[in-house]
Amino acid sequence: MFYMMEDIGSFVSWFFVTGDPLIYGADVAITLTSVAIIFVLTFFGKWGWLYREWLTTVDHKRVGIMYIIAALLMLFRGGVDALMMRTQLAFPNMEFLAPEHYNEVFTTHGVIMILFMAMPLMFGLFNIAVPLQLGARDVAFPFLNSLSFWLFFMGAMLFNMSFVIGGSPNAGWLSYPPLSEMTGSPGVGEDFYIWGIQISGIGSLMTGINFIVTIVKMRAPGMTWSRVPIFTWSVLSSCIAIIVAFPVLTVTLALLFLDRYLGAHFFTMDGGGNSMMFVNLIWMWGHPEVYIVVLPAFGIFSEVVAAFSKKRLFGYGSMVFAMLSISIMAYFTWLHHFFTMGSGANVNLFFAISTMIIAIPTGVKIFNWLFTMFRGRISFTTPMLWTIAFIPCFIVGGMTGVMLSVAPADFQFHNSYFLIAHFHQVLIGGVAFGYFAGLYYWWPKMFGFKLNETIGKWAFWIWNIGFYVCFFPQYIVGLDGMTRRLSSYSWDTGWWAMNFTSTIGGFLMGIGFLFQVWQIAHSIKFMEKDTTGDPWGARTLEWSIPSPAPLYNFATTPLVTDRDDWWEEKERIAAGKMPKDKPRLEPIHMPKNSPIPFIQSVCWFIVGFGLVFHWLWIAIPGFIGIALTLLAHSFNYDTDYYIPVDEIRQTEANAGRSV
Amino acid sequence: MAHAHNHAFAHEGGHDGHHDLEELRKFGFWIFLITDLILFSTLFATYLVIHENTAGGPDAKEIFELPGVIVETFILLTSSFTSGLAVLAMNAGSQKGLVGWLIVTILLGASFVGMEVTEFLKLIHEGHTIHSSAFLSGFFTLVGTHGLHVSLGICWITALIIQLSRYGITEVTQRKVHITSIYWHFLDAVWIFVFTVVYLMGVM
Repeated sequence: MFYMMEDIGSFVSWFFVTGDPLIYGADVAITLTSVAIIFVLTFFGKWGWLYREWLTTVDHKRVGIMYIIAALLMLFRGGVDALMMRTQLAFPNMEFLAPEHYNEVFTTHGVIMILFMAMPLMFGLFNIAVPLQLGARDVAFPFLNSLSFWLFFMGAMLFNMSFVIGGSPNAGWLSYPPLSEMTGSPGVGEDFYIWGIQISGIGSLMTGINFIVTIVKMRAPGMTWSRVPIFTWSVLSSCIAIIVAFPVLTVTLALLFLDRYLGAHFFTMDGGGNSMMFVNLIWMWGHPEVYIVVLPAFGIFSEVVAAFSKKRLFGYGSMVFAMLSISIMAYFTWLHHFFTMGSGANVNLFFAISTMIIAIPTGVKIFNWLFTMFRGRISFTTPMLWTIAFIPCFIVGGMTGVMLSVAPADFQFHNSYFLIAHFHQVLIGGVAFGYFAGLYYWWPKMFGFKLNETIGKWAFWIWNIGFYVCFFPQYIVGLDGMTRRLSSYSWDTGWWAMNFTSTIGGFLMGIGFLFQVWQIAHSIKFMEKDTTGDPWGARTLEWSIPSPAPLYNFATTPLVTDRDDWWEEKERIAAGKMPKDKPRLEPIHMPKNSPIPFIQSVCWFIVGFGLVFHWLWIAIPGFIGIALTLLAHSFNYDTDYYIPVDEIRQTEANAGRSV
Repeated sequence: MAHAHNHAFAHEGGHDGHHDLEELRKFGFWIFLITDLILFSTLFATYLVIHENTAGGPDAKEIFELPGVIVETFILLTSSFTSGLAVLAMNAGSQKGLVGWLIVTILLGASFVGMEVTEFLKLIHEGHTIHSSAFLSGFFTLVGTHGLHVSLGICWITALIIQLSRYGITEVTQRKVHITSIYWHFLDAVWIFVFTVVYLMGVM
């Protein structure tokens, strides 16, 4: 009996992460939050609501909202990771985080910010805006869309769980072998990494397919390719990159798992394995990945800059061409992440030049945005402020990128803080600023009320000042020789002043985030309702319908005759001409809700958890669950229904519209 | 039911103002196949990089037995042909012919998988496992992934046969037959590359 208790004790201390007060704090916080959520749901009798309206929904607008909520939570977690690192580096010889803990924190910071913050925020905006811009009822495959979200969600939960159970991964955000092999990382952290990303990656791949089909096949009548809104074009180019890049990630992670689980020799140091092959493979996904997240941001800036300059976007055709060429060229630059591998001068030369070439279409866009603003009637709303701030930020980020692309010089910059400053500048300055702009821009369409502009402007300025204070010193300290992933440094390095400044900037950005939280809370309390459906006076079809959009989006399918069709329609009405005729109301065909995406994703979670711990007795039931849910869906022929005309008329009347 | 599906998303628009949900799904499946093709390409590339790294163990010449693989190849090629015959029978409106040829297809597929499993077990029995060398890791993974795809295809077509017996040839089941058939031909094409790159180039 005593031995059994001891066994259980040692199992528990291995299974749960112990010994660190920060993690005990997190344990308490997680337990309290879970209890609070369960209590609130039960007390207000909201379980049925949660199930009917959210867990089983296949409505693209709700899926989008869930993506965005999850992404903001992940932004908080990734941000806390960042501030922990900045605290550790604020002074030489700090003892806030132990070196092993620091390794975990920079690993999870990178993974969460790219895969569980940027990606879902992007997918959320895809879901909110694309079907509405196209004049469509939903995405092409609403069921699959819901499945994509839940797979992402379960993958993210699995990854985050490693924090308190089993231990976090600590081999960097791309988990290079041999460190990530069993020999270097015998714990379960790397397996959490593999399965968390693998499961959410399958979801991302399906979203890519879904939106390509939606954009190619479901445009409203009359919406020829030259009339497709620019954000939708950016989504198409991003999705093309997704379907080509994500299968490579799937294979790479699967091979790493085979190495770890079955003792294969793909990337090991012995048995003929080749660890540099992993680095090549992961960057064949990883480099397109950064374009995958930045292209939609370019699309958002293009929409915002045209809407708030009250002008048609300058250079629409060149913008489309630039985005598509970026999504293709993205595949020919991956090796610039490791010029130091030693592939020889000719290989490095090829990738150096391809990297410089890809800067050209980006430069074209910058001029297009500037010319759109030129002589426009600019209104400085929050979406526009983020767009204007993005331009100089991205120019500096792009220029330092071109510096890094010079292969011989890269031998100096490689893995230094110069690189860290560069990619944060393009990823925060490009991606995060872009998604903030998009979030502010489409917020009224999502929820039917506007966000408070005054607090939003405070958040904007604090964020931006914080950004430059945080990252400009990092360029300098990088040139001074400070390398990345360093958990501590001594006084005689001379790096203190720059690091301390950088930490101040980091915390300023944290305060900026708190202002955004306050902005949302304040706006919910003092709700400023959008009754027009077009609060910004914008240009594309999503603004022609009420806010928030009704379940079926468009009561009657719009007939598109122009680029910026809604703007042209408003101009026609202003000029005293007749608005376009609307077709007669007809019953609208809609997909039925389904619990299967949620259940199947839970099964994936179970599979992932079982394989992380190499416990087949957990993984196999999970696999059986997946098979059963697949069959259940395949055998279900009752997947759709019609919304009757009366109901449509009623909904439209409630929104103050006559049909 | 078929009628309802025919009108599915009919009001979505599109160039002719009329959408066919089943066409949409077929198009989606083609895009999925692109992703699957890239998945296999990555595995092929990996295999080609490491296939000479035998770590002192046997190389391709020593362990591959071509006659069995050639039989496997002919079985799979024939199954691709019979899956084509199933589609022709469906187009001719013959449910019996359709189901019959689908059954022949999965039986051929099952014997292909059976032979592959036998080959794998024999290798493992001789001590050549995924653990032995990078070459064998690449071999088992590439060929095994293809075999897994074929096995999934068998389950999928089996489920489809049950649905056909329940609902007959409708717009929905027609689309499903088309998609499984495309999938099956795709696996056949991938196998041609496996046969050439892994086996033929291996023993030459």
